[in-house]
Amino acid sequence: MHKQLRHISVATLAMFLALFVSLSVIQVFAVDELRADGRNVRTLFASYSAERGPILVAGEPVAQSRPVDNEFRFLREYLEPELYSAVTGYFSLNQGTTGIESAYNDFLTGTANEQFLDQLSALVTGQSPRGAAVELTIDPAVQQAAFDAMGDLRGSVVAIEPSTGRILAMVSTPGFDPNRLSAHRTSSVIDAYNELISDPLRPLNNRAIGGDLYFPGSVFKVLVTAAAIDSGEFDPDGEFPNPPRLQLPLSTNVISNAEGGNCGGQETVTLATSLRLSCNIPFAELALELGQDELAGYAERFGFGQTIAVPMNATPSQYPENLDDAQLMLTGFGQYDVRVTPLQIAMISAAIANGGELMQPTLLDRIIAPDLSTVLESEPEVFSQPISRRTATTLTRMLVDGVSDGVAFNAAIPGVEVAGKTGTAENGAGQPFTLWFTGFAPADNPQVAVAVVVEDGGGQGQNAFGNQVAAPIARQVMEAVLNR
Amino acid sequence: MKPNDDTAPGGQAAPTGAIDAPRASAPFTEAIRIRLKTPSKLRNLELALLVLALAVSGGAIALVQLGAIGELDQTVITYGTGLALIVIVMHLALRVVAPDADPFILPIITTLNGLGIAMIYRLDIAKGFEGWSSAGVRQMAWTALAMVIALVVVVVLRNHRVLARYRYLALFIGIGLLLLPLAPGIGQTINGARVWIAVGPFSFQPGELGKIALAIFFAGYLMTARDSLSIVGSKVLGMRLPRARDLGPLVVAWAAAMGVLVFQRDLGTALLYFGLFLVMLYVATGRLSWILLGLGLFVGGALIARDALGYVRGRFDAWLDSFNPEIYDAVGGSYQLVQGLFGLADGGLIGTGLGRGRPDIVPLAESDYIVASLGEELGLVGVFAILALYLLLVARAYRIGFTGTDDFGRLLAVGLGFLIALQVFVVIGGVTRVIPLTGLTTPFLAAGGSSLMANWIIAALLLRLSDTVRHQPRLVVDDDA
Repeated sequence: MHKQLRHISVATLAMFLALFVSLSVIQVFAVDELRADGRNVRTLFASYSAERGPILVAGEPVAQSRPVDNEFRFLREYLEPELYSAVTGYFSLNQGTTGIESAYNDFLTGTANEQFLDQLSALVTGQSPRGAAVELTIDPAVQQAAFDAMGDLRGSVVAIEPSTGRILAMVSTPGFDPNRLSAHRTSSVIDAYNELISDPLRPLNNRAIGGDLYFPGSVFKVLVTAAAIDSGEFDPDGEFPNPPRLQLPLSTNVISNAEGGNCGGQETVTLATSLRLSCNIPFAELALELGQDELAGYAERFGFGQTIAVPMNATPSQYPENLDDAQLMLTGFGQYDVRVTPLQIAMISAAIANGGELMQPTLLDRIIAPDLSTVLESEPEVFSQPISRRTATTLTRMLVDGVSDGVAFNAAIPGVEVAGKTGTAENGAGQPFTLWFTGFAPADNPQVAVAVVVEDGGGQGQNAFGNQVAAPIARQVMEAVLNR
Repeated sequence: MKPNDDTAPGGQAAPTGAIDAPRASAPFTEAIRIRLKTPSKLRNLELALLVLALAVSGGAIALVQLGAIGELDQTVITYGTGLALIVIVMHLALRVVAPDADPFILPIITTLNGLGIAMIYRLDIAKGFEGWSSAGVRQMAWTALAMVIALVVVVVLRNHRVLARYRYLALFIGIGLLLLPLAPGIGQTINGARVWIAVGPFSFQPGELGKIALAIFFAGYLMTARDSLSIVGSKVLGMRLPRARDLGPLVVAWAAAMGVLVFQRDLGTALLYFGLFLVMLYVATGRLSWILLGLGLFVGGALIARDALGYVRGRFDAWLDSFNPEIYDAVGGSYQLVQGLFGLADGGLIGTGLGRGRPDIVPLAESDYIVASLGEELGLVGVFAILALYLLLVARAYRIGFTGTDDFGRLLAVGLGFLIALQVFVVIGGVTRVIPLTGLTTPFLAAGGSSLMANWIIAALLLRLSDTVRHQPRLVVDDDA
């Protein structure tokens, strides 16, 4: 019987071993995944039991937890709610969390793996757990300038420091008041949420990184020009046929330049002039010559098609696939199915401003534990090198001309060289335009790259252009950076 | 302790070692007094471990109170002290009636039972139950009752071989208990499984006691039938199969398990009974072919049941695709399973601390899911320790199988040990997605009177068996001297 008993003993041991392994997998290796599951209400409860860390801008809290005398112990409050709503997001009892509140929830609640030793010592010393503070890269002056400049307009502003990728301003208008969603009365939170979510102006959308993507219109010409020059097949003086109207191949569609007429009044037009005056027809021709593979490749290196975490995930911008010639030509000036986030457009400018090297954009400066030690510090990180330094220099000259002597003149700042490009994207027959500006300043030593988008034609339907509405906003944002 | 059967001249009784020795003419109480005085290393070890076990249990209850309500509650401590007293009484009784019983069994089950009470009480606090509506208080009452019954078993059953004589009675009792829930009037369906009976305010799972009766029957039956069942028949695919005429018992056991599956809708119980039978059959005959044949039959039956029975299919779906939102939201879907995993993950390596987690979110947190509750608050470390306790308990049972001298006792000990091991595997394996989730209780930990009683009786039988194992050889040596 001994032999059988040995076998049964081994089998029993194997059964227990299976339990040891499965428990280890669940309680150690799959913990992050299980905690991140939206159905895990424990994460939410945990976030209320600890004093949630503040979100700081320039050392001052924009979101903080105030002790209150009820079962949740702390109330989350937002000090400048609308100004920062796109960044902070909201922290609610039963409607989830968004923005930085969501992206750094584990740090703010003190449950991140990096804070394990703190948790352990809190366990031993019996201290009540406290979350870490999240310090952002936002510059309050720039954020305020962007917010004020947008005024009642609907749209978004993103400002990036080109050399580091630090996001200096992220505004989405209209904003909302996150305090209404962080209240402890469930019914009032649900009412506020329903009101915000059904608002046709969609204040809960962070237009800078997500929600519906925009047609870039002419600001996409910056990317097409970058591709053309960086490919080595074109230079700024390259000439293109310059008809006032062009029928697209195998199509009844006829395209024209925004101002009507031809571009600069000559038989042919250079690439530099086409960009400076933002002509459509030469760019349609250029796109056809470059081909969709080349354009898609450059788009991807600038970040298209990729989820960019700032750390909130930005919706990937898209350059369409399987284009026929007519569609390819339309993408040359940012129409057809090219779709972008303002963040993506700001990244294109930032890459050119930084000598062709694109830095990973981020909102995180550092995370500070309750004992003031630094838990995590954000280091500048290279995202990609979409174009050469040479291309970047050439392109910068062309974009400076666009502001000083072209259609983007409203972005000009006296005494400073500004590089920039406007855009006025069509959204279909009779629909208001989407107005754009992107650029950077100073051109020789860029401190800020900016993208501005204004929806709904700035309230003027099809009568306003990017230069009238978006360029002045960008100018105020860039001035705020330069005046620091 | 040295048995001493010398009788002094003049009829004066000398101290006697074995009170069951018929020649002992000393007064009964005198014998007990001597027993208690005689130093017994095993019992002293047991006492030391019991103190540790009681400290762990008491500490757990105190931590629950501090963690969940922030102060120590008098009443629960009083109840706990009462339980400790019963355990000590049991220990003292063992000194008299089973001095050579295994010293690890009682401390292990005391620890498990105590931790169970602490967690059940912790969940009561979360749910706001007090007094007799509190599962923790009821669990304490059941524990006291179970301990008394176990004590009675150890005291009354002085020779386990008696049980072999009543093997067919055990069979009928086992089948009767198994079928009782199907009887109209008293049978109850709770959480989909018809394994309960209700008499007045009490509900009971007779199958829990039935498993002991069946283990006794299997041991008795296999003791006599092992030789004929070991005879091999034809060789198929390089494996020697049993003779066709010997397949009867296996088929009967399989049919019974399938019956449980279909009529009582209880996958776990079916698996437990059939697994017990297969393992004991293997230990008795040494034929691996029995196990393979039996496993094949069971898996085949379970697969057919998966296609034919909605509840079995639901269990399989919830197991394989737990995180699918459709299955998660379905009635009888994976909600409980997934919430249990969330709880375990929240506990992580070291747990949230007793009274500091949210185990009450998971349905049935105090019974089927008590392991997930403990895993959340005690962490991986705590569950590993609990599993180690089970493993040690099972090992002590197997040890009787290794060292025993009579086939019945050895088979019974291994069978009972495997019952505990298999039940732990089926429950915790279900909770941690090793196998589909089935409704079984975790021995000693989970809330439930029938389960507690049955497992304490198992412990009593193991204590008795282990005492016999150590007791016997020495008597033989003494006789030779």
